[in-house]
Amino acid sequence: MAKTIVPIGPYHPLQEEPEFFTLTVDGEKIIDIDVRVGYNHRGIEKLSESKTFDQSTFVIERICGICSTSHPFAYTRAVEDIIPMEVPERAKFIRTIIAEGERIHSHLLWLGLAGHFLGYNTVYMWAWKLREEILDAMEILSGNRQNYAMFKPGGVRRDIKAEDIPVVLKKIDSIIPTAVMLKKAVIDDPVLHARTKGVGILTKENAINYSALGPTARASGVARDLRKNCPYGAYDRMEWDMIVTENGDVFDKVVVRVLELFESIKIIKWCLNNLPKGEIDAKIKDIPPGEGIGHIEAPRGETFHYVRSDGTNRPARHKVRAPTFMNLPTYKATILGQTLSDATIILAAIDPCYCCTERVAVRNIKGKKLLHGEDLVRMSQQKTELLRKKMGVK
Amino acid sequence: MSIKLNALLKSPWVFHLSTGSCNNCDIEILDCLTPRFDIERFGMLLAGSIRHADVLLVTGSCNRQSVERLKKLYEQVPKPCLVVAIGECALSRGMFIHSYNCPEPLDKIIPVDVYIPGCPPKPEAIIAGVVKLIGKIKNKK
Repeated sequence: MAKTIVPIGPYHPLQEEPEFFTLTVDGEKIIDIDVRVGYNHRGIEKLSESKTFDQSTFVIERICGICSTSHPFAYTRAVEDIIPMEVPERAKFIRTIIAEGERIHSHLLWLGLAGHFLGYNTVYMWAWKLREEILDAMEILSGNRQNYAMFKPGGVRRDIKAEDIPVVLKKIDSIIPTAVMLKKAVIDDPVLHARTKGVGILTKENAINYSALGPTARASGVARDLRKNCPYGAYDRMEWDMIVTENGDVFDKVVVRVLELFESIKIIKWCLNNLPKGEIDAKIKDIPPGEGIGHIEAPRGETFHYVRSDGTNRPARHKVRAPTFMNLPTYKATILGQTLSDATIILAAIDPCYCCTERVAVRNIKGKKLLHGEDLVRMSQQKTELLRKKMGVK
Repeated sequence: MSIKLNALLKSPWVFHLSTGSCNNCDIEILDCLTPRFDIERFGMLLAGSIRHADVLLVTGSCNRQSVERLKKLYEQVPKPCLVVAIGECALSRGMFIHSYNCPEPLDKIIPVDVYIPGCPPKPEAIIAGVVKLIGKIKNKK
């Protein structure tokens, strides 16, 4: 049996955690996978301990550009848990709005790149064009396209102005028709069905055993969403649905994310329309010794922060667990036995690092054949093209 | 100006290299490719391999793991090549200046031609930076 080892990575600029995959391949079939993490280590936990509680939020925000709300949100909740205290009502709503805005742009980003890997560059361009509108709305609310810097322990840093609300609502309303179109294009497409249905299945049992989080778990029928199970912010005030599907394949993961877009839009609109008046900051004076945990539902799953205080103005220990850390091992369950041309989309399905696939070199052990990252993406795109012809779809 | 450099400026192919950034700069670079900003108007294309690149867009604060790889990659770029440092981390390591894992700023490792500040810089700023770089080299003639 001629085994081939496919190293993927380690540098993939798109996601928070660069990883190094080693796929062992027998012909077309993937028979083993090994994941190594730790290439993007910047010593953030240690840096956070050298800064004051207020300054830390800015470092935490830069753990990941896409999750630049989730991490500060979890961190501020952990700090508030030490005291313990309640955040003013208005601050809760503003936090929810920003967090959901981030979810929309993160899911759109993923959808676009998934489309790109399947050879649907139209989806890529449409999704990213749609994403610009959301970034505009976020810029109006927070002053920046990403890295919003809205969070601080005890509340939020910036208020939402009353005159901005109609502008933002209009922006969000304007994306709904395009989003509906995109949903139809993605969910009703026969080629996409053929390409993603039954591919990379994560069974419910495996999702529980591997402690999968976020959309990865919800696509497998595990109703696990902190916003519902353990409400924080303003999530328990309004009606919204947790999207759970049963099959756990790539298609279901797409469906979960696409449908969550609409739930997020619903939540933002409700929050903006019902924004309570009042303070936005509880003005924490000092933080007593003790420890606190904060966890929130990030676009990719549960983000968990642990902060210990020794009574000074700096955290004594700060621990972060990002959702991808839990979702990565599910590859063991999903990718084995699949073909190489499906590898890109399965690896991308948990929303990890896509760009990894652009740096892949497929190497025969004897060193006779050398393929590159583009070849793998091309293989994936060719398969779609082939299916398209077979099914007679243009 | 050499013929090579002149030819390069007609349609610079950019390669995007992350040396331990938080993704924001990387996403903004990708944003430049999408319909709203569309850098292909200026003849700029994102190259898939570093061996096809004329311009290197470097983001991130160069941690210990990436410094070695960055040097290796820089050796592989066909010369002349232009290096653009994007974002605060690549410029001066920004927030990570005191981190134990970010020993050197980018311009101590490889020569840098243009610095684009911002955390993250907006796509407009990135495009303006690259266009300025091209203008600067053309005027040197």
